[in-house]
Amino acid sequence: MLRYSLKRLISLVLSLAVASLVIFFVIEIAPGDPASFMLGLNAQPDTVAALRSELGLDVPKIERYLSWVGGMLHGDFGTSYTYRTPVAQMVADRLWVSLPLALYALGLSTLIAFPAGIYAAARRGKPGDMAVMGATQLGVAIPNFWFAMMLVLVFAINLRWFGAGGFAGWDKGFWAGIHSLTLPAIALALPQAAILARVMRSALLDILGEDFMRTARAKGLSRRQALWRHAVRNAMIPVLTIIGLQFSFLLAGAIIIEQVFYLPGLGRLVFQAISARDLIVVESVVMLLVFAVIAVNFLVDLAYAAVDPRLRQRT
Amino acid sequence: MSLLDIRNLSLRIGDVEILRDVSFSVAPGEIVAVTGESGSGKSMTALGVMGLLPDRAEASGEILLEGQDLLTRTEAQMCATRGRDIGMVFQEPMTALNPVKTIGDQVMETILIHKAMPKDEARARAREMLDRVGLPEDRFPLSRFPHELSGGQRQRVVIAMAIALRPKLLIADEPTTALDVTTQAQILDLLQSLVADFGMGLLMITHDLAVVSDMADRIVVMRHGELVEEGPTRELFRNMSHPYTRMLFEASGHQVQLPEPPAAEPLLEVKGAIRDYRLPRRHVFRDPGHHRAVKGVSFTLNRGERLGLVGESGCGKSTLTRAILGLEPLQGGEILLDGKPVWSGHRPDPDVRRRMQVVFQDPFGSFNPRHRVDRLVTEPFHLLDTPPTGAARDKAIAESLEAVGLKASDAKKYIHEFSGGQRQRIAIARALIIRPELILFDEAVSALDVSVRAQILDLLVELCAAYQLSYLFISHDLSVVRTVTDRVLVMQSGEIVEAGETEQVFTSPRHPYTQTLIAAAPTLPALG
Repeated sequence: MLRYSLKRLISLVLSLAVASLVIFFVIEIAPGDPASFMLGLNAQPDTVAALRSELGLDVPKIERYLSWVGGMLHGDFGTSYTYRTPVAQMVADRLWVSLPLALYALGLSTLIAFPAGIYAAARRGKPGDMAVMGATQLGVAIPNFWFAMMLVLVFAINLRWFGAGGFAGWDKGFWAGIHSLTLPAIALALPQAAILARVMRSALLDILGEDFMRTARAKGLSRRQALWRHAVRNAMIPVLTIIGLQFSFLLAGAIIIEQVFYLPGLGRLVFQAISARDLIVVESVVMLLVFAVIAVNFLVDLAYAAVDPRLRQRT
Repeated sequence: MSLLDIRNLSLRIGDVEILRDVSFSVAPGEIVAVTGESGSGKSMTALGVMGLLPDRAEASGEILLEGQDLLTRTEAQMCATRGRDIGMVFQEPMTALNPVKTIGDQVMETILIHKAMPKDEARARAREMLDRVGLPEDRFPLSRFPHELSGGQRQRVVIAMAIALRPKLLIADEPTTALDVTTQAQILDLLQSLVADFGMGLLMITHDLAVVSDMADRIVVMRHGELVEEGPTRELFRNMSHPYTRMLFEASGHQVQLPEPPAAEPLLEVKGAIRDYRLPRRHVFRDPGHHRAVKGVSFTLNRGERLGLVGESGCGKSTLTRAILGLEPLQGGEILLDGKPVWSGHRPDPDVRRRMQVVFQDPFGSFNPRHRVDRLVTEPFHLLDTPPTGAARDKAIAESLEAVGLKASDAKKYIHEFSGGQRQRIAIARALIIRPELILFDEAVSALDVSVRAQILDLLVELCAAYQLSYLFISHDLSVVRTVTDRVLVMQSGEIVEAGETEQVFTSPRHPYTQTLIAAAPTLPALG
């Protein structure tokens, strides 16, 4: 298990190194010079050159890459070209919204999906299964911003239980923050829960057909006992994979939901930075997201090994 | 009073009649074997006793366990019965255990589900049971996982689970079919000794008459969901009043007469063949190490000769087969067909490859279900530089199909329209179509029912006479190898430990391993 974890850890570091190279150079190749973009179309060439050197754009690419990576290792992500504030601070502020939102949505989606998937699998082909499958079909098909608008209409405008948008901030207290993230989290969670429930159901149905499930029944376990004791843990591998993918998506892919609820999240930050050619911000956020994805994959790998003893020995 | 009494059991699933009026009984301490070919309903009978029939199945009649009808019990009552009064052992030990739970937990579960007792006590009982089935604590602690055990060892765990509460009746559904002959003999011994110790009744389901001939007290023969004959083992073999029983018996021990092989002239020469597999790297800077699956094997197969290759799983016979076919390179030695190496440079030599064909074990998995038979059997044509087209192609297809006893018109059908035996004929037609000089039969008759197997063996003999086939017949089934080969090689742990004329090797084996194999192989009783 220790050997397995170490191997995954080494692969995590290597992936990060490769990712940083790719991100830096791909974004550098992309057209659009930040300095001339900031100064507008009518800027004098010498003004542009002066700004370039001020922003540090005139040094060779390799040096810029090394100082970027070296800075990140110290928590220094550089200074935003457009806002002239430290990128680390900007990103950190946004992360305090996006990360809790992603975790909140993921928690909700898991809480909905597990019971729904297990319930449907246990009643395969019966009305209960068909109801769950129908609901998840809708959940997958309907975009999350539609849910978002419906939630706002019902719970914010009609019932007035929640605000229609904006973020209270964590300094007003934990529950105030959670309260303002609830509607966006639900909107994000519903489609994810629908996908996860379907994966859970089909993984369970595969396992229910295995020989060892028949062995369990032959021991005297009821259908329900056999399902809970023998099938659920075996069905976790595909489910964990999907949970890992969903977390990465929720962290950065919430841009539409952030727009609908006026949340100052990472998605909106990236969007604004791209429009303004604020390359240093884009690079930093992308790198952060890559780090998050790779770290989550690492955790998912560890979870695989915890679930399945066969993987602990695999190299 | 009998322990289990099945009376007029009928079973249907939808419109399909699975069982019709089946009646037989099992007494305490008695071993009753139910035998028959696929589709005879023998496994369904076992599942019926367990109350584990498919959801849509409708059963009628009575299944009395100590006078109590199981068919009228509720599901909750059946849950209390299963595992406590009736234990069951299945065919596939590799998949019958939950891969994510320790063997200790799985054996303990049987105990704890039926009896309220402290975990420590259940653990001690599980330990006792594993010791009893031959898995001692020092090598098989309760914390082992199924994937750390071999097939035979896993089957012992399954047996320990089934007998943990000393049930009155044990049902074993093909318990040794997936195991090697020596392991099979050990498991059969274990089952017999458990029956004697615990006074259990044993209901054993098997397709192999030889397996039960010296173990069962009584034999029940089934066909198409009906019981055709039943009786004490010795009497049943002596009388065989039903023609189906006689047919089964004869097909199980089917003998064929091979035509005389021509004068010895080497066709396939394997010289010091070595095949290594890289092991997973244990340390970043250290050599990962190798597993030598084939350790310097040498033999010659003559033109027109039928050579057998026997050995247990993991002995390297499949690896050797792949190397001969040029599917994998060798790490040492060489393989020559008619003097030309199979492997030239970094790839197999197409000139040599087109002179060899192979027939695999699984008649269901080795065909693409979306292709018609004509496309399937002409697959080897891609090995030819100028494959026949048009009328020549149709003629080749018709010839090869007719050679294996099918009709030319079958060429336009899909593979699902054929039975297992017909599919294996198509596999042979596919091998024959480019008139190869050598055919490799890799467990080619192992998955077939005995009556179908007998027909395929007859077909092989016909083809030997018509085409002067040379083949390498790889199998774990000694009785089949004995009848369809001229010479035989015995392989153990990557080496050929004995080679010689088939009859001589079987009647007077010299190597201890060959002796063990032959002693372990189940045999049918002599008639009369």
